[in-house]
Amino acid sequence: MSGSVLEVTDLKTHLDTARGELRAVDGVDIELRKGECFALVGESGSGKSMAALSIMRLLPETGRIAGGRVLLDGNDLMALPEAAMRAVRGRRVAMIFQEPATALNPVLTVGRQIAEVIERHTALAGDAVRKRTLELLDAVGIPDAVRRCEEYPFQLSGGLKQRVMIAAALAAEPEVLIADEPTTALDVTIQAQILDLLAKLQAERAMAILLITHDMGIVARMAQRVAVMYAGEIVEVAGRDAFFGAPQHPYAQKLFQALPSPEKRGAELSVIAGQVPPLTGTFDGCRFVERCDFAYLRCRREAPELIAIPGDRAAQRLVRCHLREQGLAPAPQGAPAAAQEQGRLLALNSAPVLAELENLGVHFPIRKGLFKRTVGQVKAVDGVSLAIRPGRTLALVGESGCGKTTAGKALLRLIPATAGRVAFAGRDLAALTRRQLREGRGAMQIIFQDPYASLDPRMRIADVLAEGMISLGIGRDAKDRMYRMAELLEQVGLPLEALSRYPHEFSGGQRQRIAIARALAVEPKLIVCDEPTSALDVSVQAQILNLLKSLQDRLGLAYLFITHNISIVEYLAHEVAVMYLGRIVERGTVEEVLGSPQHPYTEALLSAVPAVDGRRSIIRLAGELPSPANPPAGCHFHPRCPKAMPECRAAYPEAVQLGGSRSVSCVLYRASKAASSS
Amino acid sequence: MFAYVVRRVLYAVPILIGVNLITFALFFVVNTPDDMARMQLGARRVTPEAVEKWKAERGYDLPLVWNAAAQGTGKATRTIFFQKSVRLFVFDFGYSEDKRDIAAEIKARMWPSLALALPVFLVGLAVCISFALLMAFFRATYLDFWGVVLCVAMMSISTLFYIIGGQYVASKVWHLVPISGYAGGLDAAKFLALPVLIGVISGIGASSRWYRTLFLEEMGKDYVRTARAKGLAESVVLFRHVLKNALIPILTGVVVVIPLLFLGSLLSESFFGIPGLGSYTIDAIQAQDFAVVRSMVFIGSVLYIAGLILTDISYTLVDPRIRLE
Amino acid sequence: MPVVLVTDVLVWLLVAAAAGYAIYCRRHAHLAGPWGRVFRSPAAMASLVVLGAYVALGLLDSLHFRPALAQKADAPSAYASEVLSVLDLGLAQLRGRGEKTYSAPLATRSYAKELIEQPDGRQLRDFPRLRFGGAQLHDEADWAADVAQRALGGLAVSVLLSFVVLLGTKILKKKRPDIPWQAAGISLGALLLLAGPAVALSSVYHVLGTDKVGQDVFYLALKSVRTSLVIGTVTTLVLLPVGIALGTMAGYFKGWIDDVIQYIYTTLNSIPGVLLIAAAVLMMQVYIDLHPETFPTAVQRADLRLLFLCVILGLTSWTGLARLLRGETLKLSQLEYIQAAHAFGVRDTRILARHILPNVSHIVIIAMVMDFSGLVLAEAVLSYVGVGVDPSTNSFGTMINAARLEMSREPVVWWALATAFTFMFALVLAANLFADAVRDGFDPRVRM
Repeated sequence: MSGSVLEVTDLKTHLDTARGELRAVDGVDIELRKGECFALVGESGSGKSMAALSIMRLLPETGRIAGGRVLLDGNDLMALPEAAMRAVRGRRVAMIFQEPATALNPVLTVGRQIAEVIERHTALAGDAVRKRTLELLDAVGIPDAVRRCEEYPFQLSGGLKQRVMIAAALAAEPEVLIADEPTTALDVTIQAQILDLLAKLQAERAMAILLITHDMGIVARMAQRVAVMYAGEIVEVAGRDAFFGAPQHPYAQKLFQALPSPEKRGAELSVIAGQVPPLTGTFDGCRFVERCDFAYLRCRREAPELIAIPGDRAAQRLVRCHLREQGLAPAPQGAPAAAQEQGRLLALNSAPVLAELENLGVHFPIRKGLFKRTVGQVKAVDGVSLAIRPGRTLALVGESGCGKTTAGKALLRLIPATAGRVAFAGRDLAALTRRQLREGRGAMQIIFQDPYASLDPRMRIADVLAEGMISLGIGRDAKDRMYRMAELLEQVGLPLEALSRYPHEFSGGQRQRIAIARALAVEPKLIVCDEPTSALDVSVQAQILNLLKSLQDRLGLAYLFITHNISIVEYLAHEVAVMYLGRIVERGTVEEVLGSPQHPYTEALLSAVPAVDGRRSIIRLAGELPSPANPPAGCHFHPRCPKAMPECRAAYPEAVQLGGSRSVSCVLYRASKAASSS
Repeated sequence: MFAYVVRRVLYAVPILIGVNLITFALFFVVNTPDDMARMQLGARRVTPEAVEKWKAERGYDLPLVWNAAAQGTGKATRTIFFQKSVRLFVFDFGYSEDKRDIAAEIKARMWPSLALALPVFLVGLAVCISFALLMAFFRATYLDFWGVVLCVAMMSISTLFYIIGGQYVASKVWHLVPISGYAGGLDAAKFLALPVLIGVISGIGASSRWYRTLFLEEMGKDYVRTARAKGLAESVVLFRHVLKNALIPILTGVVVVIPLLFLGSLLSESFFGIPGLGSYTIDAIQAQDFAVVRSMVFIGSVLYIAGLILTDISYTLVDPRIRLE
Repeated sequence: MPVVLVTDVLVWLLVAAAAGYAIYCRRHAHLAGPWGRVFRSPAAMASLVVLGAYVALGLLDSLHFRPALAQKADAPSAYASEVLSVLDLGLAQLRGRGEKTYSAPLATRSYAKELIEQPDGRQLRDFPRLRFGGAQLHDEADWAADVAQRALGGLAVSVLLSFVVLLGTKILKKKRPDIPWQAAGISLGALLLLAGPAVALSSVYHVLGTDKVGQDVFYLALKSVRTSLVIGTVTTLVLLPVGIALGTMAGYFKGWIDDVIQYIYTTLNSIPGVLLIAAAVLMMQVYIDLHPETFPTAVQRADLRLLFLCVILGLTSWTGLARLLRGETLKLSQLEYIQAAHAFGVRDTRILARHILPNVSHIVIIAMVMDFSGLVLAEAVLSYVGVGVDPSTNSFGTMINAARLEMSREPVVWWALATAFTFMFALVLAANLFADAVRDGFDPRVRM
């Protein structure tokens, strides 16, 4: 086809694993056109990254390309000798990776790592290389390029490192850039910057981008065309608008339905039942058949082809589904009815406070010098006040390093607070003896982010669940506890056989269920949920969110939900507190804060989230989160704030009540309060 | 940086005191000077007078830690602990059984030791790193496989056999070099050639295999994939990217032994008759010369601690992450 | 009358512990998995057979007794003062047939010339016939044929047995196809092929020659095996509790406990190993020499010295393990399941026992098998330096030490050294290969 720069046909990549040969990529066709951004979307294990690495022929040593062609301007890259392929890498096809922290060589300067691409692929030498390096650093928006050039990666923040990666990738002006989850490791405000940069560079240089991502929001923001991957195959290809308007493949539809959003509040999220089939075997029918709501006999017997939808004249849309082949459309499921919970919530609003943080501070000393004297404090949490009511969810939102996790752990006394007061059910926790504290542990529990690190790999599930009960003396005897464990597993939707198995036998989502059951075992009233779904795929995330929600309804649990994912907050939380650099800048109900954010940081944070429907305009924040060891004077946010005024530098603004339950710490509102009160 | 080094040096002081206490306990508390005297003088049929004389000659006729009979500060200083242990701190080692000044002996003997140990160290490092790089470059090929097999086989052979075998082949069968002995100046070369060679060979197995692991570990890292994605040749990736990173643990790992090179090698020196500190130590152990062994323990610890400090400093020199922080 | 040596007790305790551990592993998937990976490695299976042979020798040599003296039926039984082991019983032929001095392998005549009185009364200086080696030969010209015949006879038996082994592997292969039985079979077959002729010949010859005082070198080598195994295993028994307790405590409690433990191990580490061991052994020697009354027999004294050596080696080498465990525990204690346990108010001791210990156990196992070969090698060096086992204890170190001086003789007395070399090399190589497989099976990322 004319205008295509990279054409992948029937690409097959196999990996050697302990369980046999895994067909990570199993017949993938991609056509990347000149100057376009083509997104390859899929959940983990779908084979999207392997496909990208196969194009570059950079597979890990266990992998091999089992077949297919990759034509770059008509030349088959798979047929090239390795030396010729090296001339293509970095010169004609460049790649950037997910984790900028590890993708750069830690002991070479930034400038050196960019310059080596220039030296490898262009005729430039000496001063010309340096000049070009500086140009590139400028082009990717790194301020003070001359100084940065001599610095090492560890001296740069994550966002700057990814810019350096991009600069190195652009150095030889490639025709194609493969970006493998380029912003997954970054915060939303930084992600917005990097996406802007990529979009700008793409437009300026007419470069084609193959964007690998799992985030539909990023796809909506960046891509012209989209391909969805599932279990090693592409199941749907479409233009962006058509795709987001009406996804055709049942899997793609399900993905959208599983995304949390404010419209789905109070209702269950749609989930995709079951799991991705193991790719070590062969398939007779459709790979999605076990999880599909529309599957019929043919789906089991015959594998569907990726074909154009009949009647789509431009042949822009391809779908791998028997239904589509026959011109039938799977009916999109109607939006689930919103639950009636308003009344009950209002009643709960006036319930007595369950847990309260008052001016909580967690400071870590910085020691330096000859005798390790304390020369300063990292104020990870600096005067945070929160109140959590029974049966309600308070979301604590912020970017990484803002102190939200520390605050949550300080509430549980897993980290000692250095200032302020923590009260639970009216009792000051600091006043408790060690023994009383231990006995009271059951009332507050925690669920962690990483389902792989949160269960002891050497313990059977029965022991995992019993640990807390034994420690806190819940259950009269082993039999009683066993009865209770069975009940718990049922509550979280796991079979009873799970008890005698080990954590490694479970998937990430199942492990998170076990972690929830473990917390529930000691009959808590409050659970701190520390990013419990951020390591999970969207479809699994939906299951966990549904579970948390139903548990809250049934048991009247209170959640402190720590997250950076705004859409989860919109879906699940009742109240929100936004944290920036150890302090809460704005809090209030979800409707208040997310509906009409008042603090400039909240506004920017919300706008930076790439949304599936692209409904928000973006407020770009300059710079990055400063170090909490050395926060800016005055309002911590003022160096990045688009609305900063001279007085912002003077003192940290007091929290101001703005009607309802909202309070904001910003100079803008002190003025208005002063105006209104005078 | 300066404060850092000072802090490391200060940290060494309590460790040295600890070493001193351990040696004191080992040499004077576990067995009293009386026991040692009886042992030295031929066990059972020893008269008390002979024991007293032996102790007096060596200054062991003092109380262990507190001399109630002495005057003023003498209560603390006129003791075995002060005279024999505390004075080690000023490198006053006393005299050996054959009435020689140990400090002078050490000064004279450390140069032959260094002349043997330094070449072994440097050549060995170069050989092992090269061999490991070779295996890493050809990883997952037959060369790599048999290289590892060779390493495991070589590290399964006792050093004693390397020395005995080497001596036998080079000196007795081929008559290439003298079997043992030593001479000062340039003549030393012909005496040192064989022990150096044997020292290098006997270390290849374990070190090369270890370095190969380090190289392979580095090669699995993300930045190597980035470097390949830039289109760099495999040799450039290896030499510019991997080597530099892997050398950090290798170099800082070996720095600790540099000061210990002065101590020489126990086995080689004794087999090849090189008058260094290693053979000195062995002779002392075999003659049960406690004063010498005690001195060597202390010197060894001082050198090891010096090595630790050098390690810390070397980290700050080679690793930009530590240097610039 | 059985004699119980302290190291015997420890050796059999270790066997019991190993058996208990094996049963425990079978029941726990997280341990059975890694061991399964170990046994699926051909190198591990082959070396396991070799190690098994050594261990069998060592265990037979760890059952001691004093033989009853021949007595009249009604007299109270009396026992010889000599302490023997079950292995000695099996090797009675080798043990009893001492020559005067050196003789080469399979030789019929001594290595040194002597004055021999001829039947006719004349005296002649010649190599005398050995008392036992080839004594059955009337005519020494038959030597080659006799040796060949016996060797072939032994070989025939071995080949027969090897076939049985081969058959056995085929059957086992059907039952457990995932385990490389062939590798084990080949290595067992190779052992048999070596052992067959050796056994056949050893009944009338000194297969590996004799040493300076005429002892059979083959016998000495077999007797040395126990010493190596004891050093390699009992030492770890001493080292493990100290290393595990201090390492995990330092990593878990941090703060001043960590400081103190780190101080202790840096201090111990800073004394060069050989010197610290030498100093401790010297002091032990002084004690043993001056308190002969504590040790009733020479064997017991030598045994105690061996035990002390293990204790000293253990106490000076726990630092490496402690450092590794400290690092791992530091990492673990940050993990979320430990924090979850804290959130339940679980006590520290319980967290250490239930969470930390099981999760560092792979490091302990790896350290144990990796240390083994190092300790076997160290024994030889220490014995050479003069701070090893008692000179009367059979060990590879004492063998080398005795033999090395004879390298300067003409012609060279090479057989004792060659024997020590071969036996040690096989043991250490097998141990190294097995250790590698264990490390790969448990955690390929642990650096050691």
